[in-house]
Amino acid sequence: MRLRLLTILGGLAMLAAVPAQAEVFEKTLGNGLKVVVKEDHRAPVVVQQVWYRAGSMDEQSGTTGVAHVLEHMMFKGTKQVPAGAFSRLIAAAGGRENAFTTADYTAYFQILHRSKLPLAMRLESDRMQNLQLSKQEFDKEIKVVMEERRMRTDDDPHALVNETLMATAYQEHPYHHPVIGWMDDLLAMRDSDAQEWYQTWYAPNNAVLVVAGDVRAQEVFALAQRYYGKIPRHSLPMRRMYSEPPQAGIKRVTVKAPARLPYVVMAYHAPTVRDPAGDEVPYVLEVLAGILDGNDSARLNKALVREQQVASEVGAGYDSTERGPGMFVLEGTPSEGKSVGDVEAALRAQLATLIEKGVSAEELQRVKAQVTANEVYKRDSVFYQAMQIGQMEAIGLGDQAIPVMLKKIQDVTPQQLQAVARDIFRDDNLTVAVLDPQPLKDAPKHNPEMMNHVR
Amino acid sequence: MFARIIALFLLSTFAATAWATPKIQHWQSASGAQVYFVEDHDLPMLDVAVNFPAGSGFDAADKPGVAELANGMLDLGTEALSEDEVGRRMADIGAQYSNFADPDRAGMSVRTLSSARERDAALAVLAQMLQHPVFPESVLQREKARVIAALQEAATRPESIAAKAFGKAVFGTHPYGEYAEVADIEKIQRSDLEAFYRAHYGARSAVVALMGDITRAQAEAIAQQLTASLPPGGGATQIAPVQMSIQPSEQRIAHPASQSHILIGAPGIARNDPDYFPLYVGNYILGGGGFVSRLMNEIREKRGLAYSVYSYFMPMQQAGAFQIGLQTKKEQADEALRLARETLREFVEKGVTPAELQAAKDNIVNGFPLRIDSNRKILEYLSVIGFYGLPLTYLDDFVARVNAVTVAQVNGAFKRRVHPEAMATIMVGAPEMTGNGSAK
Repeated sequence: MRLRLLTILGGLAMLAAVPAQAEVFEKTLGNGLKVVVKEDHRAPVVVQQVWYRAGSMDEQSGTTGVAHVLEHMMFKGTKQVPAGAFSRLIAAAGGRENAFTTADYTAYFQILHRSKLPLAMRLESDRMQNLQLSKQEFDKEIKVVMEERRMRTDDDPHALVNETLMATAYQEHPYHHPVIGWMDDLLAMRDSDAQEWYQTWYAPNNAVLVVAGDVRAQEVFALAQRYYGKIPRHSLPMRRMYSEPPQAGIKRVTVKAPARLPYVVMAYHAPTVRDPAGDEVPYVLEVLAGILDGNDSARLNKALVREQQVASEVGAGYDSTERGPGMFVLEGTPSEGKSVGDVEAALRAQLATLIEKGVSAEELQRVKAQVTANEVYKRDSVFYQAMQIGQMEAIGLGDQAIPVMLKKIQDVTPQQLQAVARDIFRDDNLTVAVLDPQPLKDAPKHNPEMMNHVR
Repeated sequence: MFARIIALFLLSTFAATAWATPKIQHWQSASGAQVYFVEDHDLPMLDVAVNFPAGSGFDAADKPGVAELANGMLDLGTEALSEDEVGRRMADIGAQYSNFADPDRAGMSVRTLSSARERDAALAVLAQMLQHPVFPESVLQREKARVIAALQEAATRPESIAAKAFGKAVFGTHPYGEYAEVADIEKIQRSDLEAFYRAHYGARSAVVALMGDITRAQAEAIAQQLTASLPPGGGATQIAPVQMSIQPSEQRIAHPASQSHILIGAPGIARNDPDYFPLYVGNYILGGGGFVSRLMNEIREKRGLAYSVYSYFMPMQQAGAFQIGLQTKKEQADEALRLARETLREFVEKGVTPAELQAAKDNIVNGFPLRIDSNRKILEYLSVIGFYGLPLTYLDDFVARVNAVTVAQVNGAFKRRVHPEAMATIMVGAPEMTGNGSAK
């Protein structure tokens, strides 16, 4: 029985899902919109996703959260399609739809019967250029976003710890700020902020259209030309490249919140993939995450939960695919009678063993076997295949990097693992965040309006 | 971060046709197990789930928590394999496995490559876990401590406090409202797990679902391999009926969180209920239809009062809950509660319009292909069809059943079955109690 704390094996799971990029077709329209089509004819279903290369890392201090707020506003209507109509039309077509914002990008999607692709394209292309952002709708929707923040972050002790961790580990890089934004910024936000964001970043030359499912690439290209082809490109601002100043010593931070169990997160700065064919370290780190936490009998669960019983939950994760820098994260919840210090010591002992003694060929092979099998399993989900392509395009690596990265993972050696572990798992590179649980009756009453920083 | 809510299609998961549907083969294995199989060679993989009437609804009244712990320990040691060997062997071949348990149904599922080496290895481990678990004493002590820690943590979280209070208010002492307490877990013995396993994991009540890249002959052999050595079984396979009418109640529970968590509901419908389709389609209009439902419109779209608001029926072997849920900041919790109640009352009193019904049918019927577009989804349908004894034509009939629903049926069913004046209401993090929270 494994009560997994985290699903930050995202990185590995994602790579795991790497196929040969068969049946993937690409074309860039005259206005700069890149179109990527993945044909999959197992079911009469199609997924449309539009990815904008704009996420919270492109925001400015004072208006954090605006990328996500605009995402909400994108459902609030155009001249042709009034507020609410987008969702009604997709629903009537039997579709499902949603959107998501991360630090790196913002994406919109619909899943529907293949015959409904033209409808989805008409609606999505319309709001790429014709959004009507009214103050009235903004004033309601900003409240919804604040409720979302309360639900996801303010009232969730682990989320608060992770928000604080990011704000501590990153001093200058915009990963410092939460994707949903600080409450203070949400309170101060105006409809004009969202409007400016839309005008700055929502352009065909800053977007990727991914279509996957029971379609023919040539037909999709023709439809894309028809619906998206006339949207004018516009110039994009220079993207500021941030490089986080080197950390010069361990950082520690504590968060108090109503809870019973303490919790500790250890995050080491780590690189992410920049040159898919030339990089080495990110692939090694993906494998390391698998060695530590890739299955129920992997090192962390076996040692900390099963044998030492110092933790009731434990996890490790790393994502090699981000626009910005990365972090290798370890986390754990102490078991009864144990402290966060005990868990941190036990996690450090595992890292030390890894650095001193390395890994067995068998362990390494096990991680690679999981990557290979997940390759096949991913083909059971058209949506997931589209997600993977879109993410790779949005962060600038391109979907053609996927098979390259898979190959690189299979090439990782035990010697590399030891060397990379020694280099990354250093105290000067480490931020430790701890949850100090407060009894409910004494807990500080949350006053989110005052909660604009957590350091 | 998903900015918009993911609709709770709980009912729809179980529900599912002018569209091409998978060809379901069904037989009884020599062991007595019922087998449901779809042969599909598109992908070189196999999904298997083995289901038993062994959910928490089958716990003895004085032994809550046994069903879940028994299920949770199936992969933690067998006669031939230690817990570490189970994990390693599965990982060596890239196989995925999981235990699952809800109030009715419990079991295990496995996803593996269909090539012989991987498939055989994965099924050998699954056969061990299902037929030869040993519930090792030392592992039990550790797992009990973990479950207790999780229960104590849950007792501090507003959503968990609300769910537990809701279960008690709606189901009373019926096992659908059961939540194991720390003291219940503490007293669980290895012999309790073994006895429960022997009574509830028998072949004659097992439902084996198989989906993917194997032949019929292979499927027959696999089903037998997974069930021939199951324990004798013979435990109850029926859960006691739910007391359908409840007294109206309202509990306000203090909590320091910034939001109030509100749940409203009552016993709803069973899986085989004749009103299933009218209620399912009607609920889409009330609060099941993602961004286009009445609750969503009134509470989020018009007023920005909540990020998430929904309603659903949870159809079970006996009547599962009808539930409305939302979260909103404390200062406006009473307003949101009033609106949710008003929306429900008006829905039941005045019913739905023909246009609303048509929109609901459009979504459900046109969206039918999305329900069966992956092996994973089809596997779940096989399990549900087998476990609840639904007709083999369930998927073929689904669209016609939805299309046949009339305005009068929806309105009649809601009037008969949903009683806004007799509902349980739970509010955790209630406004006037801010600051002196003590939740239990």
